[in-house]
Amino acid sequence: MAHVLTRSLDRSATVFVFVVAALGVLIPLSNLLLPAGSPLQVPTYLVALFGKYACYAILALAIDLIWGYCGILSLGHGAFFALGGYAMGMYLMRQIGSRGVYGNPILPDFMVFLNYPKLPWYWNGFDMFWFAALMVILAPGLLAFCFGWLAFRSRVTGVYLSIITQAMTYALLLGFFRNDFGFGGNNGLTDFKDILGFNVQADGTRAALFALSCLGLITGFLICRAVVTSKLGKVLIAVRDAESRTRFLGYRVESYKLFVFTLSACMAGVAGALYVPQVGIINPSEFAPGNSIEAVIWVAVGGRGTLIGAALGAVLVNYAKTFFTSGSLAPYWLFMLGAMFILVTLLLPKGIIGTLNAWWEPWKAQRLTVAANVISAAREDGISESGMAE
Amino acid sequence: MNVMDIRATSALLYLDGVHVSFDGFHAINNLSLTLAPGEMRAIIGPNGAGKTTMMDIITGKTKPDEGEVLFDGVTDLTRLDETSIAELGIGRKFQKPTVFESHTVEDNLLLALNVDHSVKGTLFWRKSRNETERIERVLDTIRLTSARRRLAGNLSHGQKQWLEIGMLLAQDPKLLLVDEPVAGMTDVETQQTAELLKQINQDKTVMVVEHDMAFVRELGVKVTCLHEGSVLAEGTIDQVSSNERVIEVYLGR
Amino acid sequence: MLTRFCRKIRALPFAALLIFASVLPVMAGPFEDAVAKFANDEFTDTDEAIATITTSGNPRAYAIVSALQDGRLSADPDTKKVYITQSDGKNSDASTGAPVASIPDSAAPVRLNNRLRRTVEAALGALTLQSPDPAKRIQAAQSVFKAHDEAMLPAVDSALQKETNKSAKLAFSEARAAILLFKEDATDAEKLEAIATIKARGDQEALALLVGLSGEQPPAIARAAANATASIQSNLAMWSAVQNAWYGMSLGSVLLLAAIGLAITFGVMGVINMAHGEMVMIGAYVTFVVQETIRTSYPGLFDYSLLVAVPLAFIVAGAIGIVIERSIIRFLYGRPLETLLATWGLSLVLQQAVRTIFGPNNREVGNPSWMSGAFEIGQITITYNRLWILCFTLAVFALLLAMLRYTSLGLEMRAVTQNRRMAASMGIATSRVDALTFGLGSGIAGIAGVALSQIDNVSPNLGQSYIIDSFMVVVFGGVGNLWGTLVGAFTLGIANKFMEPVAGAVLGKIAILVLIIFFIQKRPRGLFALKGRAVEA
Repeated sequence: MAHVLTRSLDRSATVFVFVVAALGVLIPLSNLLLPAGSPLQVPTYLVALFGKYACYAILALAIDLIWGYCGILSLGHGAFFALGGYAMGMYLMRQIGSRGVYGNPILPDFMVFLNYPKLPWYWNGFDMFWFAALMVILAPGLLAFCFGWLAFRSRVTGVYLSIITQAMTYALLLGFFRNDFGFGGNNGLTDFKDILGFNVQADGTRAALFALSCLGLITGFLICRAVVTSKLGKVLIAVRDAESRTRFLGYRVESYKLFVFTLSACMAGVAGALYVPQVGIINPSEFAPGNSIEAVIWVAVGGRGTLIGAALGAVLVNYAKTFFTSGSLAPYWLFMLGAMFILVTLLLPKGIIGTLNAWWEPWKAQRLTVAANVISAAREDGISESGMAE
Repeated sequence: MNVMDIRATSALLYLDGVHVSFDGFHAINNLSLTLAPGEMRAIIGPNGAGKTTMMDIITGKTKPDEGEVLFDGVTDLTRLDETSIAELGIGRKFQKPTVFESHTVEDNLLLALNVDHSVKGTLFWRKSRNETERIERVLDTIRLTSARRRLAGNLSHGQKQWLEIGMLLAQDPKLLLVDEPVAGMTDVETQQTAELLKQINQDKTVMVVEHDMAFVRELGVKVTCLHEGSVLAEGTIDQVSSNERVIEVYLGR
Repeated sequence: MLTRFCRKIRALPFAALLIFASVLPVMAGPFEDAVAKFANDEFTDTDEAIATITTSGNPRAYAIVSALQDGRLSADPDTKKVYITQSDGKNSDASTGAPVASIPDSAAPVRLNNRLRRTVEAALGALTLQSPDPAKRIQAAQSVFKAHDEAMLPAVDSALQKETNKSAKLAFSEARAAILLFKEDATDAEKLEAIATIKARGDQEALALLVGLSGEQPPAIARAAANATASIQSNLAMWSAVQNAWYGMSLGSVLLLAAIGLAITFGVMGVINMAHGEMVMIGAYVTFVVQETIRTSYPGLFDYSLLVAVPLAFIVAGAIGIVIERSIIRFLYGRPLETLLATWGLSLVLQQAVRTIFGPNNREVGNPSWMSGAFEIGQITITYNRLWILCFTLAVFALLLAMLRYTSLGLEMRAVTQNRRMAASMGIATSRVDALTFGLGSGIAGIAGVALSQIDNVSPNLGQSYIIDSFMVVVFGGVGNLWGTLVGAFTLGIANKFMEPVAGAVLGKIAILVLIIFFIQKRPRGLFALKGRAVEA
């Protein structure tokens, strides 16, 4: 078990983990300890914004794991993100208790408004945090497992898979818009009061949520690293590049795809769950197909097949979105985003990190041949060279 | 079990009365063929004779409309998928060299090793000394030891062909299906490939599909000529190449 | 029982007078008095007033009673004057029809209760039974049919005798049957005949009438009524199936129209164009621009606007398609997932561009006169625009098939898609063919936009709502097969419409999506998939 972790940490991965961890500690500290107005103090609204970025970065990692490494382009990952978010939202709704507008101790406001006689059965248990946390992982995981089991077993691949994942999230979008689905319809779930007894609006809670998001990002990153640096990761790349060859070598390709697809969906769910308390709302628009595709472009911009690139891409694109949509340039944001889709696929197919890697390649190769000689001498000691081969 | 099956048990691969049609086109038509354990067989035939489709059937990529395909006399291959057939010990080299281009030569071989192929097994996999040694041996056999860390995508065409054969060796199957192994190779490379195949044949059963008659002659094994999805002639290379119907098919009527 | 008896008593002189009314000359006096009774604001007085006015034969009678029905009749209790507020807002004196500048504040609308409303309806029916306009007579007969007031029987009988118009005669005899069916003292034979007539009518209202029949009937009549009910129900079920099928065909034609261009770009070329919906949207905006130009410059030619818009939309969308192919898509051949992303980005740009130029709101596109209106077959209504779109879609489809089969571009297109290198070595300029094929697919999407502008809101989001559906159609039908697209579109359209009454519109749509997802599992290459080795390559 330990070897899985150790081999996943090469130099750049370690740097990444340290940077995220440092941000996750320093930003909340600066927000809470420094006086407001101090140049080094990070205002609360920024903490919340960065927290959002961290959640997006987790989603990007999830997409990169299946797209960058296994060639599965899901256009429905927003659905898993939203499902995780809804699971968390349901917990937060139950925490409101009788503080709602209608003061009903059990039923959330929208249910009172819509004349629900009692809580729908699937809302049971969400008053307990551990249960909601379990559902955050189980709900998207189960959907992904069932969907993937059907799709991969019948060898639905390429754009066909992309299109039916899009249809999946579209179907969920239509469903969650309905009032009788029991998830608040159009308005979704909102007006949250507290989480685990802490006020969601309080600075301390926000800082803690940000730190948790960073922790989630680090954990997600390490899980992805562990997967892609294992032999399983090599199999995934083999599936991506020559699926039927992999089959003829005796690998059950559908099991691999199912595993990584489900894992990725669970990660997306966790990202959604961390996202909801920070933005204070979850509604059906999170299921919109456009959202899922937008998340794909974060990965493309950062560099698919490079985990750091995916996380970086998510932050960069979303920073650009915040920057453009808040100012007078707002009408041009969609032009920018559209152009990003086109230009990245045409001119920067490897993304930022992938392109940088390609530049460093000759230099690295030179270093590798030197290292290789050392390694071949040391091979008898069972040193893994996967870290070097990256 | 009837008399047919008892006879079939002696053959490693047994095809009988196999039919496949694609939208009315009969790609394989009443094909019957047996391969004894330890045998090497060369399959020749003009384009569209059904050679690749036959391999697709044996490896589970295509399901026959009717007919029997038995491996080791007992296993019905028509009921299995590619993965299970590969696990049984049937390896296949494609017509177009298919290697994992973004993996190194060494990783290509590592992936081909017939060890635990389950998700759990690969996730917690750790290289063992035994595996390392096997990879070394294969690298040595296919003469790619010096290129072990190069990406397979950067290899020359001939090297890719050899790497794919090497992957077959690492897979350690009972039966090797080799589709056009010398396409695009130089004469020297062709000669070396023939020797390599003969060497492999010492302990494995091999079926080679090839157009290159010089290469087939070099192998010096029993030849089966396919035409329009069924067997046209069978025998030594001299017998087959002097068969009038074979000449007719190759030269046109 | 008592109320029914009262009604009969009340109705008898009323009906008798009605017959006289058609014979005798107009008399003054009682009419004016009757009108004044409205001012008492007593339901009984109002009732009497209606009876008197209806039988008076006065030409003002219809105007007064219909104003009463619509709540446009007001009366001043002090002056006993009664006024009508016309639908154009002007006022007039009820009994004389003379214009009045304004109604005094003391006047209040004449109130009605439910019983009076029925009386008013019956009275209006009787008043219009003799209208010179056959359409009005039929309408009156229908209202009698619905109310089936015994008091109307003499009036209906006399109207039936005089009637020469065939459909009006049928309407009268149906109205007569409805009355007889509910008449206490009608003979069994009369009632059986009435049931037969109502059964022959066979619509929702006939059903309502039969269902409303009381339980205390002689066994023969009860049986006949039950049979008729069952027969009408099965008839109606059949018609509702026909209606669903028609709605489904109509939806199918829309889907086909949206998907047909995609069948070219995705199905034939293998290029996945997420901006396809935006080509449709551009076609719709071309229609808008054409109509605006015609409205401002040549208003007389409005009916021909679509004839101009169709070729123009084809050219504009096709040209944009060619530009897209040359500038983006040709660099991405063989990389379908990247093509998907790039064209999605393109769709964002195109949408935003249209939003910037034309604004984010719906733009008004009108129907030419030959596409407005509707006609009826049996129990269903067919609107002309839906019918035209169906015909238009099939025409486009046929034209496209012919083009692929018989023109040299079609031949080159098929050659290039089947074996690019071979086609190139035969001297076909493959890149030109690629561009033209993509242009053709986009152009057809533009034409689809012209048609869709007639039934959908023209907004920058128009295309987005069709893109998932069109992909479903193409994938369901089987890629690379135009007939598959045709069958796929109509199957999905009809399935959707048959699902809707059962599951509701949204759940129906979800169910269809889920079914398609399952279907793709079963047959990953669609309904009409190509088989064989070539597919895998």
